[in-house]
Amino acid sequence: MFESIINKFKSMAPHQAVKCSACGKEFDYAEFEKGYMICPDCGKYNRMSARERINMVTDKKSFKELFSEYKSRDFLNFPGYATKLEKALEATGENEAVVCGLAEIGKVPVAIFVMDPRFIMASMGSVVGEKITLLFEAAIERGLPVIGFTASGGARMQEGIISLMQMAKVSGAVKRHSDAGLLYITVLTDPTTGGVTASFAMQGDILLAEPKALIGFAGRRVVEQTTGKALPDNFQTAEFLLEHGFIDNIVKRDELRDTLENLLKIHHKSKKRKGAAV
Amino acid sequence: MTAYDRLRATRQNHRPTGADYVNGIFTGRVELHGDRRFGDDDAIVGGVGFIEDIPVTFIAIDKGSDIQQRIKKNFGCPKPEGYRKALRLMKQAEKFNRPVVCFVDTQGAYAGAEAEERGQGEAIAENILEMMGLGVPCLTVIIGEGGSGGALALAAADRVHILENAVYSVISPEGCASILWKDAGKVANAADALHITAQDMVDFKVADNIIPENFEQFDRMCDEMRNILVDDLKKLSKLSSDELRDQRYKRFRRFGEFDKK
Repeated sequence: MFESIINKFKSMAPHQAVKCSACGKEFDYAEFEKGYMICPDCGKYNRMSARERINMVTDKKSFKELFSEYKSRDFLNFPGYATKLEKALEATGENEAVVCGLAEIGKVPVAIFVMDPRFIMASMGSVVGEKITLLFEAAIERGLPVIGFTASGGARMQEGIISLMQMAKVSGAVKRHSDAGLLYITVLTDPTTGGVTASFAMQGDILLAEPKALIGFAGRRVVEQTTGKALPDNFQTAEFLLEHGFIDNIVKRDELRDTLENLLKIHHKSKKRKGAAV
Repeated sequence: MTAYDRLRATRQNHRPTGADYVNGIFTGRVELHGDRRFGDDDAIVGGVGFIEDIPVTFIAIDKGSDIQQRIKKNFGCPKPEGYRKALRLMKQAEKFNRPVVCFVDTQGAYAGAEAEERGQGEAIAENILEMMGLGVPCLTVIIGEGGSGGALALAAADRVHILENAVYSVISPEGCASILWKDAGKVANAADALHITAQDMVDFKVADNIIPENFEQFDRMCDEMRNILVDDLKKLSKLSSDELRDQRYKRFRRFGEFDKK
């Protein structure tokens, strides 16, 4: 239901009304986006498309997209995958579930990737893995920090074992970027789960999350079946992860841009010490 | 055998477990316990020993061979402390410049509430990241089930071998069937669709080699596996740490099927 509401945003004229995915109240789309798509009424953080997020955090007109030409292929002839891809493409206008590029935040140049949950719940197949790997490689070459917004249902089962291998592929690139002494910040957004949580979402130097975002490895239903017990309401929320020491901070949408800018400037200015570890 | 037959074969009671291979292949073994953070996970057996005359670190997911053991070992579903123990032993191996040999046999990382509380995703992520940067040779043998991220956490290796009836999958065929067709009964179809067999892994180059099963003559099978592993280690030992990292990066870098518009 969520997705279908957000899908509508894209095709809407600026003054059309949109509904909050939680309370169902209608708002003017332009106003809603200006308010970071947080419902003024119930406070719900509505899910955002990749491009809405890029607009939200990067300096105006600074974003230059990379690797948009990559498209997924149904190489296993997996039941229903070709149709699923087609529909996702049509509904989102995107080629795949991640948008990558170079941009500036507070005039600090960055490499940025943003996952888009409207595209097959931003599951990670070959293209998602390849684009993010290419972005890290580009960032290493240019000496840039990487900002990554994660959202994902996990590895894309329609690509079988090759989707699992993307976890190792991206991790290798993250490791190289890290060994080059470069900064990687992840912003965990709703929902970040499965193989993405178990790889590059958790590999940042600094892990931020949006309030109430669902973040976990196994799905809640699977955990309930495994343990046979009711889980607390806040299970696998950003707040739950903060409490257990697995993220650095929860940042509200209206403060995110400034927080990223501060973090980037702090790391931009710190010169390497001679004989430092990296 | 169909993919589903093979999946079922990996779950049969008499199939050798991770500890059986460790005992059959390595000599002078000393088991090393604990993650130094939270606890010790019996689902993962780790330690040091010799393969022929080469000192190695071994790490094996062990399902256990009888019901008491299976319960104690959580049916081979490791918890975060298990992956963190494995990581500790890998970093220790790197410090003392000895290779790492892993055996993988798991339906998947444990999906319990406490595993989530203690950061199952973070534990697996950290293992994969660190394995990709490890400066010593890493070998992995998939001896039964290679269940998703919980298997990959011990399989970001220079060489990956797989037993003839072992399987390796991004999601359990049961999970896939229930998500895709809302029908857990369609496991066999899911197993086919996912392409999980040893031959599939070699076709995709996810595994380098298939090792034949010979459980009736298990000692002999271990001797043969030892020869294969020693052969790998002799080749890999000629490479510097940077060359190893570089080669491992390239090994995983090539995975991906896509078009460019």
